[in-house]
Amino acid sequence: MTDEPPTGSPPEGRSLIDRLIDAKRDANYQGLIDAVPYAKFLGLSAAMVADELVTTMRFGAHLIGNPSLPALHGGTLGALLESSAIFELLWRSETVVLPKTITVTVDYVRSGGALDTHATSIVTRQGRRVTNVRMEAWQADRARPVATAHAIFLVMRG
Amino acid sequence: MPDDEDTKLRLKLVKYFSAGVPHNHALGIGVLEMAPGEAVFELPYDLKLVGNPDTGVIHGGAITALIDAASGAAVFAALVDIIPIATLDLRIDYLRPAEVGRAVIARATCYKMTRNVAFTRAVAYHDHPDDPIAHSVGTFMLSTKQGPAL
Repeated sequence: MTDEPPTGSPPEGRSLIDRLIDAKRDANYQGLIDAVPYAKFLGLSAAMVADELVTTMRFGAHLIGNPSLPALHGGTLGALLESSAIFELLWRSETVVLPKTITVTVDYVRSGGALDTHATSIVTRQGRRVTNVRMEAWQADRARPVATAHAIFLVMRG
Repeated sequence: MPDDEDTKLRLKLVKYFSAGVPHNHALGIGVLEMAPGEAVFELPYDLKLVGNPDTGVIHGGAITALIDAASGAAVFAALVDIIPIATLDLRIDYLRPAEVGRAVIARATCYKMTRNVAFTRAVAYHDHPDDPIAHSVGTFMLSTKQGPAL
């Protein structure tokens, strides 16, 4: 099996940081999102809407937690909110360090229906080592969020 | 509750959480243990869960989903009768990255139950809860109109 890459070599294709640099240059985040298998699994996409980075989780039957309502699994909403915050940090920051999640707290305020879900994030404090972010997710009506969250990220190397 | 009734309910819960919850099924979550007020779930490593393609480490969101699922199950496992519940909030602290290629286990406990609210804590790990990947606390509202029909 001589054509196989040596053990420990990076996966084929460009590194995440390279893709991030491309995404920033081209103002197009989809290539970056598509490089993350879990983001694809959730059906995430991101778009600038009126100067806001909106992350959308396309509805899929595999996201359901409670089939009798039906309602989205709470974990999918948590993952969407965390992803929205990371995309916001990558989008706004000048450096290309991948933020590491230290802690996330999600408030589930309404049951999420079998619909697309959107999320935005606001950086409440940008520190040298850590950044605080607030996130919000909604479905048909932005005035009626399904979940809100806050998170703290480590934004330094190492 | 007599022991056989208790066992029957627990078996029903195991079946429900492994096969009856589509997102648990999609993630490949398996039920390792259900005891009164306690649930132990396992998330096998899978390439579709990877959050960083450079390293192969799974996304924090997948661990959030695992902990959310186990914590809700722990509340059901603490109830005498099955009533609908809804997650009020869930906090997760990420202590270290999960190791590549290894399953993550979440052990959740419902440590307090009042008339309206259940309180949970959970720890995610590979080999032992003393070497945790993530730690979590959650609250659940009891007797909502939401929740599964078992």
